[in-house]
Parts: sequence; C-alpha cells; structure tokens
Amino acid sequence: MPPTTPPHPAARREIPHQAPVKRAPAPEWLIAAIACVAGLAAFLVAWSAIARFSGRIPDPMAVGAAAAKIFADPFYSKGPNDQGIGWNVLKSLQRVGIGFGLAALVGIPLGFMIGRFRFLAGMAAPIIALLKPVSPLAWLPIGLLVFKAANPAAIYVIFICSLWPMIVNTAVGVRQIPQDYLNVARVLNLSEWKVFTKILFPAVLPYMITGVRLSIGVAWLVIVAAEMLTGGVGIGFWVWDEWNNLKVEHIIIAIFTIGIVGLLLEQALMLAARRFSYGA
Amino acid sequence: MAPERFLAVEGVNMSFGDSNILTGIDLAVKKGEFVCLIGHSGCGKSTLLNLVAGLLKASAGTILLANKHIDGPGPDRGVVFQNHSLLPWLTCFGNVYLAVERVFREPKPRLKARTHTALELVGLAHAEDKFPHQISGGMKQRVGIARALAMEPKVLLLDEPFGALDALTRATLQDELLRIVARTGSTVVMVTHDVDEAVLLSDRVVMLTNGPAARIGEVLEVALPRPRERLTLAHDARFMELRARVLEFLYEKQAGKAKGAPALKVA
Repeated sequence: MPPTTPPHPAARREIPHQAPVKRAPAPEWLIAAIACVAGLAAFLVAWSAIARFSGRIPDPMAVGAAAAKIFADPFYSKGPNDQGIGWNVLKSLQRVGIGFGLAALVGIPLGFMIGRFRFLAGMAAPIIALLKPVSPLAWLPIGLLVFKAANPAAIYVIFICSLWPMIVNTAVGVRQIPQDYLNVARVLNLSEWKVFTKILFPAVLPYMITGVRLSIGVAWLVIVAAEMLTGGVGIGFWVWDEWNNLKVEHIIIAIFTIGIVGLLLEQALMLAARRFSYGA
Repeated sequence: MAPERFLAVEGVNMSFGDSNILTGIDLAVKKGEFVCLIGHSGCGKSTLLNLVAGLLKASAGTILLANKHIDGPGPDRGVVFQNHSLLPWLTCFGNVYLAVERVFREPKPRLKARTHTALELVGLAHAEDKFPHQISGGMKQRVGIARALAMEPKVLLLDEPFGALDALTRATLQDELLRIVARTGSTVVMVTHDVDEAVLLSDRVVMLTNGPAARIGEVLEVALPRPRERLTLAHDARFMELRARVLEFLYEKQAGKAKGAPALKVA
C-alpha cells in the first residue's frame, strides 16, 4: 500500500480557481422588494417613536385597530353626515370623475385646435400663462357664486384644475407630430377624417395620456381641500369631520386611504400610457 | 401624349425666399423608364423629387404626368421616403392598407387581397402583423415600397430610399428593387448619392450641378442589358466606364464648388 501523500500545497491553492463558487447576484426585483419593506419598516419605527414622544399622535397599532373597525363596514349610511369611508371615497372619486371628464371633453379638443393653429396658440398663451399658476381653490367662491351649491362648485374646481394640463399637453402633442407622418398623409391624399383618426389622434394619444395623468394627480390633491371647504359627503370632508371629533386615528387612516387611491389612479394611467406608447 | 414624355418637367425654377435652388430644369421620363437623380448633397435633387411628388410648388415652370398638370400630392405618384415614414401604431399590413383603401373603391376583401399582394411582392407576407418597431430597417423600407406600389401609381418616386441602410442590406434591396421593377414595369424616379446604385438601377442617370441654382449638368444613358446582375456587372467594362463618367462629373467637374462652399447670394 503506497503511503498517502498530502496534496501538494500548490494543488490545494488551485482548487478554488478550478471550481469557483459563483453566487448568482440577487435578482433586481428581490432587492427592490427588500428596500420597499425596509423603507416601510423605518417609517413605522419613526412613526412609533413620534407617537411615543408626542403623546397626541396615535401609534401604528392604535391606527391599525381603528382601521380594522372602519374597514369592517365601509358602506354604512346613517344619514347625510355619517357614512362609511367607502361612500366618502366613492363620492370624492365621483366628483373627480365628473369634473375631470368635463375637462377632458373641453380641454382635448381645445388642445388640438391650439396645437394646430398658430394664431389660436398665440391667443391662448397669455390666458393659460396667467391662469395656470392660480390655486384651483381660489376658484371655489366663483363656483359657489355661479352654481349656488357646494357639490357643483367642487366639481367645477376639479374641472378648472384638470383643464390646463389637458390643454397644454394635447397642444404640445399636436405640435410634436413628425412632419414625416403629415407628409404620408399628403402623398396618400388622406381625407381629413382619416388624417385625424389614423395620424393625429394616435400620434397625440401618448401626450394626452400624460396630460390626463398630471390632471388626475392634481384633481385628487384638490378634491380633498375643496371638500373640506364645501362639506357634504367625501373623503376631504370626512377628514375635517374627524378633526372636529378629535379622532386623530381616523385622520391618519384617511391620509393613507387618499394616498393609496391616488397611487392606484396613477398606476392605472401609467398602464394605459404603456399600452399606447409605440417603439420608435 | 408622346410616350417619351410620360413625365415631363418643363422649365422648372424653384426658390425659397431669395435663395434659388433649381433653375431651368427640363426632364422627360419615358413610361417604364428608371431614372436616377444624382448630385452632391444640398444640390436640390430631393427638392426636384418633392416638386414631382407635389409636396412643393414650383416657382416657375410646369410638371406634367400623363398629360395632367401636377399641382399637389396625389395617389398617382407613389412616394418612398428616406426614413420609411411608417406609422408606428399600424402593423405593416395596416400601413399598406391605409394607402390601398384610399385609392381603390372596392369591397374590403379585394382591398385586403391587394395589400397582401403588395407585401408579398416585397417578400414580407410573413411579417404582415408585425409593427414597424418589431422589424429591421431594411424591412421597414420594403414596407414603404409596398405601400407605394400597392397604390398602382403611374410613377414611383424614391427619395434616397436606401440611404439609411447598411451596405449589405442596401445591396439586397437594390437587387430586390430591380426584380420588382422588372415585374411591374413601373416608371421610377429615384434620388440617390450612391454612384454604383445609380448605374446599377437606371436607364438614365441625371446629374445635377452643385447649388445654388442647380441645373441638369449631364444625362447619362445606361444601355446595360436587363436583367442586370450585380456580380457580373462588377467586372463589366461598360459598367466601369459608366460609373467612371458619373464619378468624373461629381468629383472633377462639380468638385470645386462642393458642399462645404458657402452659398453665393444673388442680390
């Protein structure tokens, strides 16, 4: 039996080179998910700390317990001033929907015309420049004056604030249409209707969706403030009502609800934007 | 109408503002003829093509196609642009169909059949349902050609159609264009700055002088027999000779005033 010799030191050193342990890097989504969870955890820790030291702000546990109660029955209705959070959110969404829909109805055709005709663009420029930076809430008294009711006034505020991004983005979209596409329309001698449906509209659609996305973001911000002022049923009014009842847990729940609904609206439109963007 | 004046450009001048682009252009194209316009960049060859396409209006002179005065774009002229100009939201089929539907007043199945035939002609029947961003540059240009051909135009106008393609793709498309034109008997006016391309494809090469105020400098008959084969022509003495003639025009007679030269302003 031959004596067993210990492996040559050099050979031993070779081993890691011959069979390198390759660890696949963690997939990107996993890192993103971990970061997301870590961020939320840090947020909850900070919140708990603030709650402990302030003594007035409820901690996450208390808010969680209150939320469980509220969301157990979101659609109750005990008269006009006491309705479930579900109704309040839906009512606010309805106002946003109507105001926003009217703004699209007016803003998109207007944007097309402003984009198409230089003179109109010149006419609209000073008006838009002047009115765009005005807080939509400044329009509320005018709305109340004209409509003599809170609900249409709130819708009107949403209409005003959604209008500008819709007009401006549609007009930019129309102006950005490559000359090539318009030349195609000319050499094919397409009818005005075909030019609109096959070239202008699809070319402008991505810009329009951007306008819609910006508008709906602003509208969702503004509705909360408008409802605080007008009252009735709606998430903004609900926040104000809970403040008057000194139910701070509910205010925090409302903040999260508003955030989540806004996020969902944004995501839905992002999805739409991706559907209608074309590879160059 | 004399058949040799199927497309007739007569005494055409073109200026933008006070800069004169083209002066005294007279050109007659026979039915079924393949004519290339060649010249240094900026000489106005694309402007001439756009005049024929009706995208621009001549400052003076007339352009007749089959005895009809051209005063705007129309489907009797199929235009292929340098950058394909396909609509990105329509499939290849949709892009061609858009043109077919405009030109022919026929029931839908017929229109679809025409569209299909046009795409088949350029060898893209398999890619009908692809969107422009899903296909290569050469394929896009072929769809552009199919779109123009599907309208059964009286004349096909090609504005440097292969200019943006790599050399190999360009050669393939040139061969394919030769084959298509042989099959359809189309009348073609093509703008190019590629000397080999011009001689390989044309019956006549029309050479433009440098701008401003470019004129037709020389016209070269390319009497090479068809069908033409790229590989055989590469060693063909007549091909070399014709190629040399175009090169001489461009790089000797028109070299001094080449592109870098500042445009002379005529007050």
